[in-house]
Amino acid sequence: MYSKILTPVDLAHRERLAKAVDTAVDLARHWGIPVVLVGVTEAAPSAVARNPQEYARELAAVAEETARATGVAVEARTYTAHDPATQIDDTILKAVADTGADLVVMASHAPTVGDALVPSHGGRLASHAAISVFLVR
Amino acid sequence: MNDDPTRAPDPSGIDAIPAPEGATTPIDTDYTIGQDNVELQVGPFGLDIHNPVFLISGLTVVAFVVLTLAFQNSVEPLFAGLRDFLTSTLDWFFLGAANVFVVLCLVLIASPLGKVRLGGREATPDYSYIGWFAMLFAAGMGIGLMFYGVSEPISHYSTAIGGIASEGGVRTDWAPLGGAAGDQAEAARLGMAATIFHWALHPWAIYAIVALALALFSYNKGLPLTIRSIFYPVFGERVWGWTGHVIDVLAVFATLFGLATSLGFGAEQASAGLAFLFGLPDTDGSKVVLILAITGVALISVAAGLDAGVKRLSEVNMVLAAVLLGFVVLVGPTMLILGGFFQNLWAYVAYLPALSNPVGREDANFSQGWTAFYWAWWISWSPFVGMFIARVSRGRTVREFLTCVLIIPSLVSVLWMTAFGGTAIDQIVSRGITAVQDAPLELKLFEMLQGLPLTQITSFVGIVLVIVFFVTSSDSGSLVIDTITAGGKVNAPVPQRMFWAVFEGLIAIALLLGGGLAALQAMAVSTGFPFTIVLLLGCFAIVKGLMSEPR
Repeated sequence: MYSKILTPVDLAHRERLAKAVDTAVDLARHWGIPVVLVGVTEAAPSAVARNPQEYARELAAVAEETARATGVAVEARTYTAHDPATQIDDTILKAVADTGADLVVMASHAPTVGDALVPSHGGRLASHAAISVFLVR
Repeated sequence: MNDDPTRAPDPSGIDAIPAPEGATTPIDTDYTIGQDNVELQVGPFGLDIHNPVFLISGLTVVAFVVLTLAFQNSVEPLFAGLRDFLTSTLDWFFLGAANVFVVLCLVLIASPLGKVRLGGREATPDYSYIGWFAMLFAAGMGIGLMFYGVSEPISHYSTAIGGIASEGGVRTDWAPLGGAAGDQAEAARLGMAATIFHWALHPWAIYAIVALALALFSYNKGLPLTIRSIFYPVFGERVWGWTGHVIDVLAVFATLFGLATSLGFGAEQASAGLAFLFGLPDTDGSKVVLILAITGVALISVAAGLDAGVKRLSEVNMVLAAVLLGFVVLVGPTMLILGGFFQNLWAYVAYLPALSNPVGREDANFSQGWTAFYWAWWISWSPFVGMFIARVSRGRTVREFLTCVLIIPSLVSVLWMTAFGGTAIDQIVSRGITAVQDAPLELKLFEMLQGLPLTQITSFVGIVLVIVFFVTSSDSGSLVIDTITAGGKVNAPVPQRMFWAVFEGLIAIALLLGGGLAALQAMAVSTGFPFTIVLLLGCFAIVKGLMSEPR
């Protein structure tokens, strides 16, 4: 049904990461397809890493660990953006195009009135992506 | 896939991580970015802010606004007195420090340390030259060039030609250096040199020092992108404690009040301009509407982000400014301006040693009231502009960075001042038009444009430029304040930066209606003094930091 799942992850909030990654891995196992974890970071030092290369290594370690624990093929891809807070959606769309993924599984908060001002990334992505988007609340 | 390190930067600003970007020498610190941050849920918005910098900055700012509004009659003389005390007693310190910054920048361009690349040896530039330049000007100087491009050359020309006047052995005239009594050509030359002196190498060196220090300690050394990081080589781990909190709070304070007061004054000036041009009412109501409009556009811009908002607006602004400059050059006295560019550049070089001399000055009114005031002012803006420049300068070598932040903007300033100021002086000297000379500051630009054809169109472009320059200062300022108050996190939740943009607009309105713009601007300029010390220490940190980088 699908050939590749893409899951955006935010390494700064690992505690919120598990549910979306578990969902993605379960679905991937069901169809026997690979998962791509996508991270977006800034060039400036962040809470996770001092530079983008360090971030990429961290994400690769998470991917490797997930693959070992679940037996599903998990790959990592890190992107840098000038202003990640406003470019996450565009980065995910770019990653979808780069990887040829056809299903996005991602965490998203439940809709709030604040979305009128600053829309949720998952919500915005679903209305811009041509492929299927699975939002994990 | 796209992993070739020699690739061009993706125009979308989003890049797959390339192969390692070359060795840097990170500083080993126990501090993790965000370790002092608190995450809050305020209504529907999640926030991620530095504790205690965010809270203290916000409360100090509110306290100063309330105090100023409540006791403005006593507060204004106090703050203005503080500023005047600093610029008159410590003029030698400001002038001397600014010379140090210029000399250090020039030495670094020429030295082997210039080969160090910000972000690692193989790092690629984040922005194209066009986008980069547009942002440099839009954040740092654009608005000033609009207002002082015509008025300052005329001022210096008029005082210079008036010559020296003294009373009881003290000079009472405002002429630069010895003036040029009665000599029109020499007064024009001195007037242009003195103006260019305030807008060329020195201000850009001040910005460049802050920007270079931040970029180096952030991209190469791995420290958070916030002002306190410059101090790591001096204070060590203590910068993560109260020493650093104080520096960051001071930076937020200077930036916010610098922006809010110029927004307030800018609204007054833009409103006067609109009244002059289109006969619109020049009332408090229209000024408040202007501030709201500027803040509204800035809000959309920061919400759209650095690339889709700030950079795009800056580029629009640069094109408009280039069109206006091109128009003045072509329609004004073209040959005079083109020849004047080289003459003024030469006059600047010739007068530079005397103008920048920090001790034994006889022109106290000029060297303290103009130069020292300007230096304090540029320096109080430097945490904001410097941090913004650092944010967009990754991937350049130190040499390229300094050439592009110091030399090229200086040449643009010379051209701008020659075109606008030179045309205005020409109107006075050879055509006897004194309208510009007699007009109030905020109308001088428009009076000068009245002396040229197509006045309605050019004045309209002028007023749009003024307004958009305020927007580009406001949005980049909000980004900077947000990053500082989030402990150096550049990806803090978007509502935070929107909060700062709104806060700044509200302060401008409160001070405009309640009085106190002048008082708090004086206070903001006074922060130039502590930041001069910061910058001098920054010079030491830069050299030390660069020495340990692979070249």
